[in-house]
Amino acid sequence: MIEMVSRPYAKAFESFAAGNPDILCLSADLTSSCEIDGFRDRHPDQFLSLGMAEQNMMSFAGGLALAGFRPFIHTFGVFMYRRPYDQLMASIAYPRRKVRMMGFLPGVTTPGGMTHQAIEDVSVMRSIPNMTILETGDATEVESICEAADSIDGPVWCRVLRGSVPRLFDTPIKVGEMRELASGEDVLIVTSGISTEEAMRARAALARVGVSFRHLHLHTIKPFDAQALLDHIGSVRHGVVTLENHVTEGGIGSLVAETMADAGVGKRLVRLGLKDTYAHGGSRGYLMRHYGLDALALVGGIEKLMGAKFDITEDDLAAARVDEVHSLVKAEAL
Amino acid sequence: MPGPYPKSPFRRKTVVSNRKPTEDVALGIRRRVFEHAMRNNGGYLSQACSAAEQLAWLYNEELNLGEPTLPMIPKPFAGVPSASNPEYHTGAGYNGPFEPQFDRLFIAPAHYALVAYATLIEVGRMAPEGLEMFNKDGSSVEMIGAEHSPGMEVHNGTLGIGLSTAAGLAYGRRLRGDTGRTWVFMSDGEVQEGQTWEAVQACAHHGIDSVYAIMDVNNQQCDGAMSSVMEVGDIRRKFIEFGAACVDVDGHDLGAIRDAVREPHAGKPLIILAHTNPFHTMPVLEERFPRLHYVRFKSEDERARFNHSIAADLGVEPIDYSH
Repeated sequence: MIEMVSRPYAKAFESFAAGNPDILCLSADLTSSCEIDGFRDRHPDQFLSLGMAEQNMMSFAGGLALAGFRPFIHTFGVFMYRRPYDQLMASIAYPRRKVRMMGFLPGVTTPGGMTHQAIEDVSVMRSIPNMTILETGDATEVESICEAADSIDGPVWCRVLRGSVPRLFDTPIKVGEMRELASGEDVLIVTSGISTEEAMRARAALARVGVSFRHLHLHTIKPFDAQALLDHIGSVRHGVVTLENHVTEGGIGSLVAETMADAGVGKRLVRLGLKDTYAHGGSRGYLMRHYGLDALALVGGIEKLMGAKFDITEDDLAAARVDEVHSLVKAEAL
Repeated sequence: MPGPYPKSPFRRKTVVSNRKPTEDVALGIRRRVFEHAMRNNGGYLSQACSAAEQLAWLYNEELNLGEPTLPMIPKPFAGVPSASNPEYHTGAGYNGPFEPQFDRLFIAPAHYALVAYATLIEVGRMAPEGLEMFNKDGSSVEMIGAEHSPGMEVHNGTLGIGLSTAAGLAYGRRLRGDTGRTWVFMSDGEVQEGQTWEAVQACAHHGIDSVYAIMDVNNQQCDGAMSSVMEVGDIRRKFIEFGAACVDVDGHDLGAIRDAVREPHAGKPLIILAHTNPFHTMPVLEERFPRLHYVRFKSEDERARFNHSIAADLGVEPIDYSH
C-alpha cells in the first residue's frame, strides 16, 4: 500500500522558506490552491499577493531578483507561461534571474480542461535558453523541490503535484540525475511526473509475462544527462518506451528521441502521451485512460515495441490510486 | 517657480552631473541625434524632439547616480547571459554602481535608445565615440536598447515591461532599506498594454511609492498618431483611478517638470505625464506626420532640405554627410 501524503508542498515550502528573508512567496490569487495559504498567514512579511495579473507578476519577480531576492512564484503552471510568455522571457529567462516558477496542476491533473491544463509547458521551457526544468513525481520530490530549485543559479520551471500525493521514493531530488527504478534488459521505460506511478503499477504484470524492463524516472528534464540515458538504452534489447503527462512533441518523448538521433542510436522508440490533442475536463483517472497516459497504455506501448501480445488487462495491474475529488485535500478540484 | 538649478532633496554630490545647464543638455541631445540621423539617412529624430528635456532633466538634475563603472567607450557586445559566459554585463554601469542610496533608471521604450545614448554623452557618462557604434554589427550600442547597451539595465524592447520591473525592484529595495528611488522613462503608447495597469495596481496595493515614472506623452506610435491607432482617453485620470499619483505637465517646460516631481504621493507611485510635441525644435518634421516613429529620408532632396532646416533651427551648420 502506497503511503499518501497530504499537501506535501505546504509543509515543504514553509520549512524551506520561513526565516530566509531572501526568499519571497508570490501568489496570483491561487494561494490555497497552491498550498501556500498557511505560509501567507504565518509569514506575511515574506508573502506577496500580486492578483490575477501574471504579466506584471513575471516582470515584478524579475525586479525583485534584481534586488537580490529569490522569488518563488505560485500559480497554476498554465497561467505562468501562456499569457505572460514574453515577460517570462524578457524579465526572467534572458537575464537568468533566480526566479523559481512553481507550476501546479501539470497536464491532466486538473479537471479544468484546456484553459487549466499545462500540456505543452515542458516543450516550451525546453526551448528557452537558461531555463532549468524540474518535475515532481511523488511526495518526496515535492518535499525536496524547493531546495532543488533554489540550488540553481538561474530561473527554474517546476511541475509541482499537490493535494494527496503518493510517496514513491525515499531520497530527495538530486538536480541533473535520474532515478533508476528497475534494471531489466528487454525494454527501457522512461517516465516523469505522475506517469512514473503508472509504470510502477505495470511492473508486476509485465514481470509475470516475462518482460524484463529497465525504468528511469526523470525529475530533471533540463539540464539532461544524455550519456546516462544512452548507457541505459545500450543496456536493453528492444528499445525505449516513454510515457508522459504532456504532449509527446517537445516533452520527454522528444528528449529521448533527440538524444537517440543525435547519437545515431538505431533502436525503436515508442512515445506515449497526449498525441497532438488538447484534453477536456474530467477526473485524472478518466483522462489518463481516455488519452492513453496510464499503466494499460504503457503495456500497449511495450507490446507495440516488442511486437508481442501479453493479454494484460486492467485487473492484472496494481490498483490504480483513486483520489477523492471532493476530499479536504483537494485532490483534483480547482 | 524654481530657479534653473533647484535644490532637489535628491541632488547630492554627484560629480558627473550639472556640468552645463539642462537646457543645453537637451539641445546637445537633439544636435547629436540630428547629426546621427543625417549621416545615417534616418533615425529616431522625433523622439529626440519630444523627450530631450525629460532625459536631460533626469540625468542632469534629478537622478542621484554614482560615477559610471564602465569604460567611456563602450565595449563590444560580450555575449548574452548564460552560465558559460562570465563576460556578460549589463549597460547599467553607465548609470553608476548599484548602491542603496542611488537611484536606478529603466528606459522602458527601448527604441528611444539613440536619445538615451546622446544623453549619456551630453552628461559625460559616455564618450561621443559611443554613438559611432550605434547599430553596428558586434556593438553593444544597439538600435533597440538591450540589457547590455549603455545606460540600460534590463530588456524593455517589448513595451509595458518597464514599470512592472521597476515595481518589483522598488519593492525589493524597500525591503532592503534602500533609500534610492527607481525611475522609469516611459512612452504613452505603453498605456495600451494591459501590463502597465497591472503594474500600477500592484504599486498601489503594496504602497510602493519609490517608483517614479516620467512619460513622454507625444501621441505617437509606430502606426501614427495614437488617437488614430487606439484612442486611450484621459491617461491621467486612468492612472489616478488605478492608484497612482499623476501630474500633467508641458514636457518641454523644465520648470514645470521640476515642480511635478515634488507632487506628494505617499503610498503611491508618481507618474509625470510630460505632454510633448513630436517635432518640437524641428518643425520641418511635421511634413512627415503622422509617420514619425523612424524617419528615413525618401530622397536626397528631402534629406538635404531637412538637413538645412533642422540645422538652422538647432543653431548648427548643416551636416556634411557626403563621405
